[in-house]
Amino acid sequence: MPDAKTIRIGAGAGFQGDRIEPAVVLASQGGLDYLVLECLAERTIAAAQLRKRQAPGTGFDPLLEPRMEALLPFVARNGVRVVTNMGAADPLGAGKVVIAVARRLGLRVKVAAVTGDEVLRSVKPKMIALETGRPLSEHGKIVSANAYLGVEAILPALASGANVVITGRVADPSLFVAPLAHEFGWALDDWDRLARGTVVGHLLECAGQITGGYFADPGVKEVPDLAHLGFPFADVDADGFASISKVAGTGGAVTLATVKEQLLYEVTDPTGYVTPDVTTDFTTVRLAEVGTDRVAVGGATGRPRTDTLKVSVGYLAGWIGEGEISYAGQNARARADLAAAVLRERLQDAVPDLRIDRIGIDSSHRSNFGYAHDPYEVRLRAAGRSEQRALAERIAWEVEALLTNGPAGGGGLRKSVTERLGIVSTLLPRRLATAELVLLQNRYAAKAR
Amino acid sequence: MRRKLAEIAHCRAGDKGDTVTLSLIPFRPEDYALLVGQVTDERVRAHLAGIVKGEVRRFELPLIHALQFVCEQALDSGVTTSLALDTHGKTLSYALLELEIET
Repeated sequence: MPDAKTIRIGAGAGFQGDRIEPAVVLASQGGLDYLVLECLAERTIAAAQLRKRQAPGTGFDPLLEPRMEALLPFVARNGVRVVTNMGAADPLGAGKVVIAVARRLGLRVKVAAVTGDEVLRSVKPKMIALETGRPLSEHGKIVSANAYLGVEAILPALASGANVVITGRVADPSLFVAPLAHEFGWALDDWDRLARGTVVGHLLECAGQITGGYFADPGVKEVPDLAHLGFPFADVDADGFASISKVAGTGGAVTLATVKEQLLYEVTDPTGYVTPDVTTDFTTVRLAEVGTDRVAVGGATGRPRTDTLKVSVGYLAGWIGEGEISYAGQNARARADLAAAVLRERLQDAVPDLRIDRIGIDSSHRSNFGYAHDPYEVRLRAAGRSEQRALAERIAWEVEALLTNGPAGGGGLRKSVTERLGIVSTLLPRRLATAELVLLQNRYAAKAR
Repeated sequence: MRRKLAEIAHCRAGDKGDTVTLSLIPFRPEDYALLVGQVTDERVRAHLAGIVKGEVRRFELPLIHALQFVCEQALDSGVTTSLALDTHGKTLSYALLELEIET
């Protein structure tokens, strides 16, 4: 008789700004064992590090509080355990927020904060950036370094019995593999099982992207009731074989097509997808539709993990100034082009790499592949980088000045100036990143009103 | 007959650093061989020349009838420093689907 035990893991957030309602549906009606909230990307870890620099105590996820307010009641009532990387640049601070929310709601929770991904002291200026092949120091002043931790960092938190596990930078699939390894007692050198768990985690980590989000295309790839898009869960067995589905009655679809798109999403080497836990061969994955909105996943094979961890390194990348202005009606395109030429002339000495886009014509792809239409309106956008804030401001300002110093009928001006933290990656020996665990608990819950 | 890839296949764009991934998945599994034969890494690189500055590498996934194109130096340095409006390159899936092939 085969072991029939399966674990149900749901994905309640796939990016920092994700919707909260589908996670509530999962937590309340999904029959989940675990709910994973994946909210940290290259862009958002950079943003968190920037916030922390500008205002200490704000390095965790900005939506932590509303997400926890919505979900903690089900953690208490249904015994769903939450695993999330919403700690971002401050997991301990995030843990304290979770405790505060629980107190306010009259709930008792145990929170495990996983730290140790910050490795700034171990990162040396001469280390090579994977993206550019140049030393880290050539990119700008280095201000943050976060190693992608793996399952090993999360397992002690799960063993502690915490209801909520909150981490900083860990590999996204590891958030899902950890509960599986914990529940099924997987050895950390059981490469095939870890690989299959990694595939499940990879498929779920973007939440709605496997249930029809980032997929729907009217008349081509129809998705029912996109407005009420449901988030996915996986039923996973002890060998890592799984089926992906969603709560009945929610919008969206789980089909071979949605699963294939997500399987390959962001995978830069399908023959060897590297996480801290295992190197996974995605070309050995098999998929089958086994029911309505249910796809079976299995077959992935794994190879030993690498000796290094990937590190996301943040450097000060100066400022970006942007401005936008619209031209509409007769001759709109020609007036936009004239505005572009004027901007180039006014800024060419100060900003040689000024980027100008004609929104509505070719801003997304730098080409329109021969579409020969003259749009009714064109939105002109200019953007440029500078080490100096003042110069970035001048770019935005020159777009604004087109109102009275540019072609006829320019309007709808928007401008912005933002500081940027650039991100490059490097590799660090594993031993230089040590995960630590801090347990937080509220003994007395404030009385619920 | 010349047809756009959009009529035959679907695609999803993903980003990692300055690299964009583009999957190419035929609506009908039997069209997989056609895509393998015609949509080479050289053709994709030429098609996306205005966007992708680095190498394009193609991977075949015959078990699920899908191709994956990994395009380097495609995001004007990466998501937080790019001057593009679409810093992630999310829209690039539909640039690939503009490519025309013989069917």
